[in-house]
Amino acid sequence: MQTSGKRLHLEKIQEEMHGKSLRIEKLRKEFGSLVAVKDLTLEVKSGEFVSLLGPSGCGKSTTLNMIAGLLEPTSGKIFVGDQDITEISPIQRNVGLVFQNYAVFNNMTVYENLAFGLRVRKMSNDQIKTEVNKIAETLELSDILAMKAGKLRLDELQRTALGRSMITKPAFFLLDEPLSNLDAGLRSQMRVELKRIQRELKQTILYVTHDQVEAMSMADRIAVMSQGELQQYGSRDELYSNPSNRFVANFIGSLSMNFIDCALIEKDNRTLLDATDFQIDVTKLAYVIKKNVSNSELIMGIRPEDVEVNTQRKTEDSIQSEVYITEPIGPKTVVTLSIGNTKIKSMVPETFHTKIGEKLWTNFNIDKLHIFDKKSEKAIF
Amino acid sequence: MVAVRVENLTKRFRDETALDKVTFKVEDGEFFVLLGRPGAGKTTTLRTIAGLEKPDEGEIYIKDQLVNDVLPSERNIAMIFQNLALYPSWTVYDNMAFTMKIHKVPKEEINQRIHEVAKTLGIDYLLDRTPATLSGGERQRVAIGRALVRRPSVFLMDEPLGPLDALLRLNMRTELKRLKAELGQAIIYSTPDQLEAMSMADHLAVIHKGVIKQIDDPETIYNKPKNRYVASMIGSPAMNFLEGTFEATDTESYLNCSTFKVNLTKFKEPIERGSTSSELTFGIRPEHIKVNHEKISPDSFEANVIMEEPLGSETILHLNINKELVKAIVPPTFQTKYGEKLWIDFDMNRMHVLDAKTEKVII
Repeated sequence: MQTSGKRLHLEKIQEEMHGKSLRIEKLRKEFGSLVAVKDLTLEVKSGEFVSLLGPSGCGKSTTLNMIAGLLEPTSGKIFVGDQDITEISPIQRNVGLVFQNYAVFNNMTVYENLAFGLRVRKMSNDQIKTEVNKIAETLELSDILAMKAGKLRLDELQRTALGRSMITKPAFFLLDEPLSNLDAGLRSQMRVELKRIQRELKQTILYVTHDQVEAMSMADRIAVMSQGELQQYGSRDELYSNPSNRFVANFIGSLSMNFIDCALIEKDNRTLLDATDFQIDVTKLAYVIKKNVSNSELIMGIRPEDVEVNTQRKTEDSIQSEVYITEPIGPKTVVTLSIGNTKIKSMVPETFHTKIGEKLWTNFNIDKLHIFDKKSEKAIF
Repeated sequence: MVAVRVENLTKRFRDETALDKVTFKVEDGEFFVLLGRPGAGKTTTLRTIAGLEKPDEGEIYIKDQLVNDVLPSERNIAMIFQNLALYPSWTVYDNMAFTMKIHKVPKEEINQRIHEVAKTLGIDYLLDRTPATLSGGERQRVAIGRALVRRPSVFLMDEPLGPLDALLRLNMRTELKRLKAELGQAIIYSTPDQLEAMSMADHLAVIHKGVIKQIDDPETIYNKPKNRYVASMIGSPAMNFLEGTFEATDTESYLNCSTFKVNLTKFKEPIERGSTSSELTFGIRPEHIKVNHEKISPDSFEANVIMEEPLGSETILHLNINKELVKAIVPPTFQTKYGEKLWIDFDMNRMHVLDAKTEKVII
């Protein structure tokens, strides 16, 4: 009974707070001669959780500030639903903003913090009470409504900040690294919470972060930015399995991809990627590679989990390597291998024991190999 | 030979006990990591060893010599901080030469030592540049080089990789560990990052509120944590803990977690011997939970998917077993979606049982 009651009431909130779509077109921001955001085009569908991911200084916060109306774009347009909001004042944009440092009044109770936005809007006390109780239930704050915000645990504070923003029923949410103040355990817990709330309320969220784990774990789609430009926009699987360039390949994944300079050569009717210290037989992929390769200067990329090591030679293609260093990380061990002067990281199960200097045989999983053009750094395979 | 030994080190700041009887020893050539959250006492421990803080109680030995009353500059210790403290307008060479000049090392020897160390660290081509023109990783190596040329008996490193970005940190981690393999000196290294600690340490000490909770090699810390705190600090995502009551009949024993039961018949004897009450905590790491689409054993539990976190090389599943939340790691190829019903099995060879009151690990 209680569950169905809660569901009913959720449906009602969903209806009321129905997330709008967000679209930016050729958004550009210049600070003097510096171009912080270069003609960025991006669409966040209604009810979608999109993460804007990139290293510090890539232009992600500048983008967010333009959408919020805190910064004026040099050129370009911003649409919410069908409405052009580029020229509209920040207050009228109906955006829910949540920042790293929570805008919560410490000396006010959770209830008053939640009610604040509604009081400003001069809503009646009865109505405010109904709204606050509704939001508190969704965010699991009902039991602590009477507590002073200054006394809250970090996760409760975070949910209060979120609730303050949600209660005003914004068309969409902009979140700027909201979890970066929390420790690892709490951050993981809040990721699940945030995703649950977004799923239940079908909110549109644009979430800015530099942490690829956060983006990968929560977002429906991820927009990777670097130096003011959009590098790739797609689902986490697309970004992980088919990165469009070296930057994305390097940035996504908790252990970075191995990159090795190489050239495409032909030898004894076989097609090889020649990396000086070793060669990889790519004859079976030769057709596709050749079709796309115009340049002979290439970079091959392979993720550590796609590099297999054995104490015995496994196939003809096995490459001899030497253990440079091992790093046990609980269930897995990262083994850095030397092949001549090239260093390759490999991920092996914890049960695989080895030590510095040991000779091992290495095999690359060819099906998971990436090839980039060395100059443009674009993925060609 | 023992490079550093601290015994019953206690440090109070007014009413607050920052270090409480901290005791450990570090051998020559050992990479010793102090792992703890901010405020755990890591930095205070390092500063006390360096002589920058005076302990209220306890002894510090460096190379078997009691150094409590020895000046910091006479302890032959090199400390590397998070903030590298390089002189920005001096060349790398001058930065490295500085302390040796103070100690009046002959010019010839300074020159020779710098070139030797610079070569080992792969920074010989940077000697004429100023730190301002270097990348984060290069600067890090210069700071290490500056410490190395002094030929200290011990290195103290206080979260030296903290300010670097994730990728650089990963590379520096590998480099630092390799460097250690080539050096003979002991390194005492502090970090809040369990992955860093696990991957680099020969031995690591988990410290919490000034108390050392366990000292062991990384494998033992991971497989045989002594208490709940250590179990929860190591591993990502952290170990799942399920609270329950131990119930034993003549033939079978269970941990009753109100909505489901875990069969512990095999472990009856050690549990009864090791527990102070029937209140127990069941601990299982996410990587030791098997997840299937079908029921594979009589002990399988039904669970619902609350959230999938695909991280590329693995996926973390958040599951709900009758209102108890657990996390499990599955391969990236495992297909599932929000709300789906799955079956899970705990790897009973890898699980832990803890005393809920004392938080000690029984199994």
